[in-house]
Amino acid sequence: MHTKNGQGMHMDSANLVAEAATRILRDVADPQTVNRAANDAWKAPAWAALEEAGLTLAWVPEGLGGAGAELDDGFAVLREAGRVAAAVPLAETLLAGWLLAQAGIASPKGAMTCGPTRDGEKLTLAGNGTLSGALRSVPFASGAEHLAVLARREGGGAAVALVEASQARITEGTGIGGDPLNAVSFSGARPSAVKDAPAGLDGQALLLMGATARAMQMAGALEAVLDLSVAYANERVAFERAIAKFQAVQHNLARLAGEVAVAIAAAGSAADALAHAGAFDEAVFLEAAAAKIRVGEAAGEGAAIAHQVLGAIGFTQEHILHRFTRRLWAWRDDFGNESFWAVKLGNMVAAKGADGLWPMLAAR
Amino acid sequence: MATELTFDAIRLPPECVALRKEVRAFIAKEIDAGTFDPHGGTDAYSEEFSRKIGAKGWIGMTWPKKYGGHERSFLERFVVTEEFRVANAPVRLHFTADRQSGPVIIRYGSERIKNDILPRICKGEVCFAIGMSEPNSGSDLFAAKTKATKTNGGWLINGTKIWTSNAHQAHYLIGLFRTSPATKENRRHGLTQFVVDMKTPGITINPVYQMTGQHDFNEVVFQDAFMPDDCVVGEIDGAWKQATSELAYERSGPERFLETFYVLTQLVEVLGDKPDTRGAEGIGRLVAQVHALRRMSVSVAGMLHAGKEPVVQAAIVKDLGTIWEQKLPHKARDLAAFVAPESANHATFEERLTYATMIAPKLTIQGGTTEILRGIIARGLGLR
Repeated sequence: MHTKNGQGMHMDSANLVAEAATRILRDVADPQTVNRAANDAWKAPAWAALEEAGLTLAWVPEGLGGAGAELDDGFAVLREAGRVAAAVPLAETLLAGWLLAQAGIASPKGAMTCGPTRDGEKLTLAGNGTLSGALRSVPFASGAEHLAVLARREGGGAAVALVEASQARITEGTGIGGDPLNAVSFSGARPSAVKDAPAGLDGQALLLMGATARAMQMAGALEAVLDLSVAYANERVAFERAIAKFQAVQHNLARLAGEVAVAIAAAGSAADALAHAGAFDEAVFLEAAAAKIRVGEAAGEGAAIAHQVLGAIGFTQEHILHRFTRRLWAWRDDFGNESFWAVKLGNMVAAKGADGLWPMLAAR
Repeated sequence: MATELTFDAIRLPPECVALRKEVRAFIAKEIDAGTFDPHGGTDAYSEEFSRKIGAKGWIGMTWPKKYGGHERSFLERFVVTEEFRVANAPVRLHFTADRQSGPVIIRYGSERIKNDILPRICKGEVCFAIGMSEPNSGSDLFAAKTKATKTNGGWLINGTKIWTSNAHQAHYLIGLFRTSPATKENRRHGLTQFVVDMKTPGITINPVYQMTGQHDFNEVVFQDAFMPDDCVVGEIDGAWKQATSELAYERSGPERFLETFYVLTQLVEVLGDKPDTRGAEGIGRLVAQVHALRRMSVSVAGMLHAGKEPVVQAAIVKDLGTIWEQKLPHKARDLAAFVAPESANHATFEERLTYATMIAPKLTIQGGTTEILRGIIARGLGLR
């Protein structure tokens, strides 16, 4: 993990990187344009532009082939990617690059994904260096050139491995978001690189990073959903006035704004905590788990309100709303859903006892 | 709109961390000495305790030193507020004065009033009430009818305020009175704020008991009560201009979702150190939700600290906080449904739950109802 002090500078750099990301993403992955596109031909140039700008390997140090940006820069980029519901493996490649960098493995060019993304899934590295095991649902495995995975060595200890996609058996599949979601299995696969994972980097650490990344994407998508819902309510006339003038609609949108606000605050807080933490400690766990729980709840509530406001047009293929709401539903599930993290967090709180709750909450 | 919903991830600075330690040590000592019961149930109004807090320098923390304040930061005040709230400390005497009456006086009050009252608030000697609602005007403040009529050297007040918390114990009240009729162009015109000395002849206070049996609300009747000119706060007929910034302070604080925090700690206790999956998930969600609320509230404190007026964000914190806190006792009841009645602290849990369930309906009333807040948020979104 990166450690860093001083608030002023990082916020500026996060803003700069996020602004650059916004420009590129609006240009190459504009939701209207993408929604009207007849096929996926837009994806290759979009990816090339993101790669060219160094955004895909933002979390990889320059010495390992990346852009060497700070964690909060990358999280800010993911919020922008969420704002356009970017249907490219940007988060997955960022996370894969980060995972590889933790073990000192250089990142290749091209799209990547990482795993395990769900609790309880295990990969094993045999004594002869081959990788085996199965992952049930890996986002964007189909289309990735490489996978970065965390595996357990047969002799004990955790390792990070970089594997070419051709070494894996990848089952075609699509998640509720409309993006690839694949079962991936390895059977004696030969990784291109393997190194020991540093102390503290375990399956849960990867889930916490992924959960925060997804929370940032959801926060961005929710912002876009609010903007387009407000715009629609101001335009759409019914009963001889804009529906925005009806108090029932106003209150629904105010509730939506509340869910968006809590998503921005919780995701931003978790990203900030990770960016400034020295380890995957209790504070990081609380921040990332709470963000995934609360932002996931906001995603469900927010999508429902937006669909309520937009009515039939929001249910069409033609309108872009589904690009956001379907991904909100999908991102809730990746790297641990709300229930998964709630049980973990609840057990942690219970084990600490009632007197430990407030000091934990007020630690930041 | 996106800029309106900014919530920077504030990290409390080192002086806040040190201050929190100091406040906790003070609270622990007071609990040991039997000053109050951290599980609630003690009278929240305590002259002795408020004076101790004043002596510590924890009232009027952000105010100018020349008025007895301490010129510390909003974030430091935030820490003190949340620690006392969570501990159920008896802060009722000074809390309203510290949170909103004092800041209004600093901004709009006459110099005599400032010099007379502010230093005493800081010492923990002064309780304020807020006289806004009337029998026929609650959320619709600008329908207020209680009249202030100009007379020689001051004003004569006639009319009735109601739901006035603290009035029976308050030394002063900031009242909203009609000094002119509303105009066609501006229905908010014609109201003026006054600092009312509660010892003024012509003021009668009648209790209005709450459904819990407690006495907090009052009816305050004014019959030719005389207010000197320098008790006017701000612009005559222009009180509406002064209201909005005050509300950001009133709405976004940690007291807006921590009033019944004890329900959550008692729930953790009653479910034990190894809850079943349902109990663990329930606790986990509640903790995640209150954590998110607190982080939003810290963020708003940071914006106030930076001199901003985050009116929409503050309304959102109050709206989400109220809804969360109103649901809390009902969720706790569900989650504890299968706990054996003979288990540890079950009786205390039930007792606190009963109380929190009964006070939950009022949480929407204080600081703006949910409907009013959603109207403010909708305006911020550009819908009205």
